[in-house]
Amino acid sequence: MIDAIDVFRAFGKHRGDAIVAASGTVAKHWPEISENERRDVQLGSTMGQTTSAAFGMALGLPDEKVVLFDSEGALLMNLGVLASIAGKAPANFVHFLLDNECYATTGGQPVPNATGIDYAGVASRIGYPATYHFDDLEDLATSMAEIMDREGPVFVSVKIKPEVENLPVGMRQRTRRRSRQETIDTLQAELGITAG
Amino acid sequence: MVEQQAAVLSPSALVDEFRKNGVTHIITIPDSETNYLYELMKQQEWLDVVPISREGEGPATALGLNIAGKTPVVLIQNTGLLESGDSIRGMALDAGFPLVLVVGYRGWTRRGKTTDSAAVYTEPFLNAFRINYYFVERDTDAPRISEAFEEARQTKRPVVVLIGDEYHGWNREQTNGKAAQQ
Repeated sequence: MIDAIDVFRAFGKHRGDAIVAASGTVAKHWPEISENERRDVQLGSTMGQTTSAAFGMALGLPDEKVVLFDSEGALLMNLGVLASIAGKAPANFVHFLLDNECYATTGGQPVPNATGIDYAGVASRIGYPATYHFDDLEDLATSMAEIMDREGPVFVSVKIKPEVENLPVGMRQRTRRRSRQETIDTLQAELGITAG
Repeated sequence: MVEQQAAVLSPSALVDEFRKNGVTHIITIPDSETNYLYELMKQQEWLDVVPISREGEGPATALGLNIAGKTPVVLIQNTGLLESGDSIRGMALDAGFPLVLVVGYRGWTRRGKTTDSAAVYTEPFLNAFRINYYFVERDTDAPRISEAFEEARQTKRPVVVLIGDEYHGWNREQTNGKAAQQ
């Protein structure tokens, strides 16, 4: 298993101008790594729905690379979205799945069939044209340039170490620096999009 | 003849309203009542139909498209509206962007009595979420769809158009789609 922050470090070197959305417990690390905050967008924390929002963004911005860092607990709540994405096949979409095999935000309880799911295999059979699986940092780091060059949608499953939070939500340290709306407003200004 | 056409909501009337309001994407799950509408939408070069796997994907996919500067509509049945509750909350109401959802009102009857629980709970669900809705049953009601778009734009909130499907004829009309393609 890989430390999530190392996944972000490996990706950051190959980001280019990609728009990046990160969700899940470990998303807090991405702002520490990102060097282009204006293209980082926070899509909300409704479990399973960030995937759909990133998919919509990729459809609407075909000339921009859109990268999502998803989590397996969220994806399991909305697994059919893989078919929706494969059906429309946005070539500009890179879909990372950071798999810690548990609900880290609720104390680390295992997700269903936590160690037995081949997410990259699921994505491949459902129709993603390019899929990868990594549980070794060096393998991931050396493949990152290829991943970002591939025509999508690309699916990348990565086994990461859980970062379990066990305090009641109200007692946790807030790490979010900008609100969802602030990130959307900044991204739209960056892209020259007039808010609908 | 005119009375007959006005007695149902034709698919072309709905597609005309989409065009008039600058709709770019229809996020949808087809249902048994809307197959002809689906086929008509697929024929429109200006409209991208986005099939989804469950209705809850709709508001979130719409949020992403809205960020991209597009104008999506979510087209689902009321059963799917009920399924979408948390997505409507977290990705539409909380996100605060204009979104029109066109919802087939399965089970609705003009007589006001229905045994279909999908119909029984539709309007109480919308009221609980404080979402305004417009009822559309026939072509002469079509301007209400533009009113729904205007309200969504003004309030930056989701607004629902309920289609009284007892009479909409979306599976019956076979030839009245040409106006929308012009």
